[in-house]
Amino acid sequence: MSLLELKNVYKIYGELHALDDVNLKVEKGEWVSIMGPSGSGKSTMMNIIGCMDKPTKGEVLLDGVDISKESSKSLTTIRRDKIGLIFQQFHLVNYLTAVENVMLAQYYHSIPDEKEALEALERVGLADRAKHLPSQLSGGEQQRVCVARALINYPEIVLADEPTGNLDEANEEIVVDLFHKLHDDGTTLIVVTHDPEVAEVAQRQLVLRNGKIAKEVVNQNFTGKIRFTDQ
Amino acid sequence: MFGRMIRGTLFRQWKKMLMIAFTIALGASLAAAMLSVMLDVGDKVNQELKTYGANIKVVPKAASVLSGLYEVEGDQSGAYLKEEDLGKIKTIFWTFNIVDYAPFTTVNAELDGGGTVKVVGSWFNHHIALPTGEELDAGIQSLRSWWDLKSGSWLNEQTDTDTKGAMVGTELAERLGLTVGSSIHVKGRAAEDTYTVRGIYDAGGDEDGQIYVQLNTAQALDGLEGKVDSIDVSALTTPDNELAERAAKDPKSLTVAQYELWYCTAYASSICWQIQEAIPDSIASPVRQVADSEGEILNKTQLLMILITILSLIGAALGICNLVTASVMERSQEIGLMKAIGAYNGSVSLLVLTEVFITAVIGGIAGFFAGFGFAQIIGHSVFGSAISLRPMVIPIVAVLVFIVTMIGCIPAIRMLLRLRPTEVLHGK
Repeated sequence: MSLLELKNVYKIYGELHALDDVNLKVEKGEWVSIMGPSGSGKSTMMNIIGCMDKPTKGEVLLDGVDISKESSKSLTTIRRDKIGLIFQQFHLVNYLTAVENVMLAQYYHSIPDEKEALEALERVGLADRAKHLPSQLSGGEQQRVCVARALINYPEIVLADEPTGNLDEANEEIVVDLFHKLHDDGTTLIVVTHDPEVAEVAQRQLVLRNGKIAKEVVNQNFTGKIRFTDQ
Repeated sequence: MFGRMIRGTLFRQWKKMLMIAFTIALGASLAAAMLSVMLDVGDKVNQELKTYGANIKVVPKAASVLSGLYEVEGDQSGAYLKEEDLGKIKTIFWTFNIVDYAPFTTVNAELDGGGTVKVVGSWFNHHIALPTGEELDAGIQSLRSWWDLKSGSWLNEQTDTDTKGAMVGTELAERLGLTVGSSIHVKGRAAEDTYTVRGIYDAGGDEDGQIYVQLNTAQALDGLEGKVDSIDVSALTTPDNELAERAAKDPKSLTVAQYELWYCTAYASSICWQIQEAIPDSIASPVRQVADSEGEILNKTQLLMILITILSLIGAALGICNLVTASVMERSQEIGLMKAIGAYNGSVSLLVLTEVFITAVIGGIAGFFAGFGFAQIIGHSVFGSAISLRPMVIPIVAVLVFIVTMIGCIPAIRMLLRLRPTEVLHGK
């Protein structure tokens, strides 16, 4: 059984078909990237997979459960327990320190544990910045805090929406490197991106156009290693 | 973690929180001031209204019946109250509500040049030392405070050694050509006497044609020693309600519980009832015009204060509503993020409500003390005395602040519940 399966999924806003009969399977531990121009339905798909929105039609099976039929409260529980979210704008709470931002996800999941949160920051190379406020961190550092927050509850899927969209090349490399590490650890990754270089390093690339999956490319050269060398 | 988030918000948004606290403080201060004054105003307004005279009249039972049947004055009935019973008025359950009283003995005396004049004996500033230890200066000097002293002075029972002093009305003084220091000779049924005019007053009524002397002096004129024909009582009363009206007609028609409630409330009728119990063969009745005016003024004053309190609280609720809604709008991304990472609506609502309620507690406490200060200003400027702190104001203000804050938070919480993470995190 696939970890995630979309069956004939539609998302319709009036006349607009943001998603139009989308079918997709993602296996456990897989790294999938989703590309496409603006308005192609990437974010809509991300919201539906991330349990933040429901499809107009179709089924979305996450771990065998059809989340399209769940209540808003159940979706919150599923999101809390199974999904880690990484945003382009980072969305850190600006009055909490880096470690507190990580603990925030723990707080809404179970019990905040500062030691564990510090370990998560250590994994993303920010142990020494734990007590800093977001305003005292660079964009790359903020995104790494966001990654640590997404990982702290050991989610089954990590959804990243344009994770490198606001980063310079050096920080982009660090974040993609983190994704490799996550993948090596068996985390399922779905990355929405405009950046072909970021998309290429995934095991499988999907290209969305007008709400449909227009192209699917399997990366034959996928090594699970860091790809940014001499680009 | 919850505490860190609350602390973070309170410190980060301190300007907005200060505004919320200020709004709540304003509402709470007005509520506290109005409630303090309102709960104290009964006594204050009553004290003010005491300048309009006595509100209870006590006469002998026989005189009351005669008066009721033939509309004649008490002194014509031949029935009298005993002077020795006067002290009993201050032994009733509502003794501390009796602020003043004075007995009267009226004698029709003959003047030298022919004609008659009413000589009224009474207390002027009679010092009473009660067995309870309470001391009181009672008499017409305070009960008839509207009398305009044209010349001379009030009789002073405590310092005057001469009991032959008299106060005469302007009409009589004019008719007989009396001035301060003049002598006036009168003849009663038992004795005759010569008084020295000590003061001339203008009462604006029948009293202007009468002579006022000390009680014993008037009694001696007709051989009525130890007898008084009426007593005027000034008492602090609670405005009548349906129970008081029913009790006034027939206290026996009340149930035991109703009787106890009526007896233990300072209605004019219950104070009258207790005076009748204390003074044998007497009938005490409220002077309706004064008692009704007191009740009406008190009710209107309290209604005005309730309206001001309600309006101020509505204003505070609207202010809180705007500020909290603006705060939630500003923090929509943060709230959307919390929901995205697994916060339920209840958790986020609890966070926002806790922040607002901590602010409300601070504002409420500040407002309460400010309000108590306002109450003192009102007390001193309007009533010339301090407003006492009634403990019940504290829980009432606390409940009002809670209700107003809750109402003020409703639109913000509704907005917060409707907020979807996708809308704020992706701008959709």
